[in-house]
Amino acid sequence: MMVLRDSGGVQWAGMALGLLAAAGFGVAGAAGQPGFLPLAALLGATLVWLVLPKVEGLARGALLALLIGAVAFAAHGLLRGPMGHASFWAAVIAVWLGAWMLVAIFADLPRSAGLLGRLQGLLAPLTFGATLLWLWEVTVRALEVPRVILPAPSAIWDRILRSTDVLWVDFVQTFVKGALSGYAIGVGAALVFALAVDRSDFLRRGLLPVGNFLAALPIIGTAPIMVMWFGFDWPSKAAVVVAMVFFPMLVNTVQGLAATEAMQRDLMRTYSASWGQALLKLRLPAAMPFIFNGLKISSTLALIGAIVAEFFGSPTRGMGFRISTEVGRLQLDMVWAEIAVAALAGSLFYGLIALVERGVTFWHPSQRGR
Amino acid sequence: MRNIIPVLAVTAALIALWYAAVVPMNAQWAQDQARRAGTDLTLPALIADTMSQQRPRLPAPHQVAQELWNSTVVEEMTGRRGFMNTGSLSNRSLVYHGWVTLSATLLGFAIGSGLGIALAVGIVHNRAMDASVMPWAIASQTIPILAIAPMIIVVLNAIGITGLIPKAIISTYLSFFPVVVGMVKGLRAPDAMQLDLMKTYSASGPQVFSKLRWPSAMPYLFASLKVAIAAALVGAIVAELPTGAVAGLGARLLSGSYYGQTVQIWSALFAAAILAASMVALIGVIQRATLRRMGMAA
Repeated sequence: MMVLRDSGGVQWAGMALGLLAAAGFGVAGAAGQPGFLPLAALLGATLVWLVLPKVEGLARGALLALLIGAVAFAAHGLLRGPMGHASFWAAVIAVWLGAWMLVAIFADLPRSAGLLGRLQGLLAPLTFGATLLWLWEVTVRALEVPRVILPAPSAIWDRILRSTDVLWVDFVQTFVKGALSGYAIGVGAALVFALAVDRSDFLRRGLLPVGNFLAALPIIGTAPIMVMWFGFDWPSKAAVVVAMVFFPMLVNTVQGLAATEAMQRDLMRTYSASWGQALLKLRLPAAMPFIFNGLKISSTLALIGAIVAEFFGSPTRGMGFRISTEVGRLQLDMVWAEIAVAALAGSLFYGLIALVERGVTFWHPSQRGR
Repeated sequence: MRNIIPVLAVTAALIALWYAAVVPMNAQWAQDQARRAGTDLTLPALIADTMSQQRPRLPAPHQVAQELWNSTVVEEMTGRRGFMNTGSLSNRSLVYHGWVTLSATLLGFAIGSGLGIALAVGIVHNRAMDASVMPWAIASQTIPILAIAPMIIVVLNAIGITGLIPKAIISTYLSFFPVVVGMVKGLRAPDAMQLDLMKTYSASGPQVFSKLRWPSAMPYLFASLKVAIAAALVGAIVAELPTGAVAGLGARLLSGSYYGQTVQIWSALFAAAILAASMVALIGVIQRATLRRMGMAA
């Protein structure tokens, strides 16, 4: 079978052994616990999967569904039952191994074309992420980790649902006002500046090393200065974002504008294209992969800059403000709720840029052949 | 080498721009003082005043340079608590604070790059890890760890882990990602032809790794190490902010902003910049030496 050959027999044998051992402990330890049935199902499904590698078509799909169901059922059962004894941990390990098997299977599934294939590509990372969340939940509950050290994911989700209004106000203050405006200004300024620099070879040779150097500096350290200059409200946060975003963007754009080959530029000259025409029709399109690289790097920097700048002074709203005050009040579930919002906003922002990139630079090798 | 003159010109222009900005930024305060004293400021007097204020909105470059000199060499050589008088570094000197930050940075960088390389090896050799870990490594970087660094520090303090480790954890988190990305690219750099050659030699998996993949990943490794160490420094500085301004360059930034000591903020900022630049340069030197030994020097 394809799966067996691709992933390496060693990995499969190791996982099966671990699964057997863990499940065995689970059965022997406490036969009455609710994890027993699903674990038995998990074991059975795995054995069938490994012993009958020649299964194809519908039977294979049914087997996969059985495996998924068994893992999910066992995971659910473990959260309900008594926790903390040795057999419980063995069962947790078994579920984890089962989930890992699923990830391996998903990763090896032949991909269909189009949207379906793209969704299929999400299966493995989503399973992995869900497993991590589940492990977090189980560990926190079983070890009875105090709420002030690490809240469980379910508690964080609860808090998100209960305080959407506060989260929304903070999101607008930090992300929309601080980060987005700073991002737009910084990126725009860097683009304009790069076009100006591009006209002079002397400036380019001077600015690239200096810009590279400045891009590596801890620019986040200017946050206290910006707060001193622009006050507590969002303009100071936007200013920090501008300073953080500017140099990576500038360096990438200047590099991108230099990415055309002499042959291509000569062609433009034989067409007697003006500087503006050559820019619009050749050099800007050729620079797009670099520009989007800069945009993506800057998108994560922007949110970080806006949040950290709030530690140096802010009005009584904003994600950074909320995080630092709620840490002081030991309301860690609120802190994690803010983190979840920030991570979600950051990922969506990044994803949006990546999506636009795919549309604009469809011709680039890194976007093809997938 | 042909870039030296343009670089110097750009640097000089930046410094000139800075000087030019000092005057309007600080003029307000100088004029207020003069009005209160009932005197009129002539333009040269105004300019001279803006360059030498105690707490300027924007300190002049020479003020920052002087503060840097004073808080390193002068403090250690002649200061009451300096190295020459007590045999230990003064807690007022940037050498001491820089060392505190540097040690956390280096520890975090070492762990982070080790972890990054290990993850990259796993990702390259295991399809399941490639499909599942890589998207989450990317997603992990959209979590603004810098923003939650204070919480991690406070929580770790609460369970009794203090000092170097919490700061190093933040540095680790920031530095592992560039190494993972760079090394995955680097370990996949050998093309099919080279891999086929190894197969005709009937090389084992470890042999392919040590004789082909690992050597060809070296240029990528060093490029990402440079990014990683700069990120590690940023992590260490930010991790120092919530500890209450005790020690480290981040603490100097925070106490400077508490007491309005702008010159102190700027000198800490430049100390951090010098630290970052010299670490990146050091990696560059190691890179050149290594690649030359491997016969890959450019």
